[in-house]
Amino acid sequence: MSLRDPLAQARGLGPAKHGTGHWWAQRMSAIALVPLVIYVLYLLVSLAGADYSTVRLSIAQPWNAVLLVLFIGTAFWHARLGLQVVIEDYIHTRWLEVGLLIAIKFTYVLLGLAAIFAIGRIAFTA
Amino acid sequence: MSTRSRPLSPHLQVYRPQITTVLSISHRISGIVNALVALGIAALLLSVAAGPDAYASFAAIAGSLPGKIALFLFTLSMSFHLFNGIRHLVWDSGRGFDIPTVYASGWTVVALSLISTAGIWFAVLGGAA
Repeated sequence: MSLRDPLAQARGLGPAKHGTGHWWAQRMSAIALVPLVIYVLYLLVSLAGADYSTVRLSIAQPWNAVLLVLFIGTAFWHARLGLQVVIEDYIHTRWLEVGLLIAIKFTYVLLGLAAIFAIGRIAFTA
Repeated sequence: MSTRSRPLSPHLQVYRPQITTVLSISHRISGIVNALVALGIAALLLSVAAGPDAYASFAAIAGSLPGKIALFLFTLSMSFHLFNGIRHLVWDSGRGFDIPTVYASGWTVVALSLISTAGIWFAVLGGAA
């Protein structure tokens, strides 16, 4: 199922040469984040004030590890897309705008991967 | 020939803040804050993976008074963006655009954000005590 304009889908290009891909990705990640954020808030509240081994064992639980990887991937993607729009809207110096867009993308890909790797390390060495 | 003396069109500061405009910019601000929260959660996971000492450092920062104030504001930012995001998704489906509904959904979002933030912190502080 797709809400994309059929002609845009056939060509794969809109006036910005990206069609509605960005808009659609922001909404898809938003829908996925509704249950994921509620779950992560619940997990963080349940671990508030807990000691190290409790926190580590909890993150290492299979379902917690899987849902945390999903949350990190989706949240970092959604955050990067959102920050991109903010920068495009308010930064009117072209070199600064492009520089910030690159920096944001690199930062969120790097730290997102690092966080997912950390979850893997916690889960596989518990 | 001067262009300075020409009248300017009314800008943001001449309008009284309304629930529509305030929640609109708040969604953007809370989104930026949440992007920082995401990095904070990454820092938590990295500290747990690194070992007890790194986790202790993270917990010390999070448990300090400035850390707790930041976490409280992060909770408010996350819950507001969550509920207002759902409001935006309903708008994206083409529903809820008439003014009474926009006002009602706006105040509902404000109430739910405050209630859930209070509930979360009641649970956190009640659990720690």
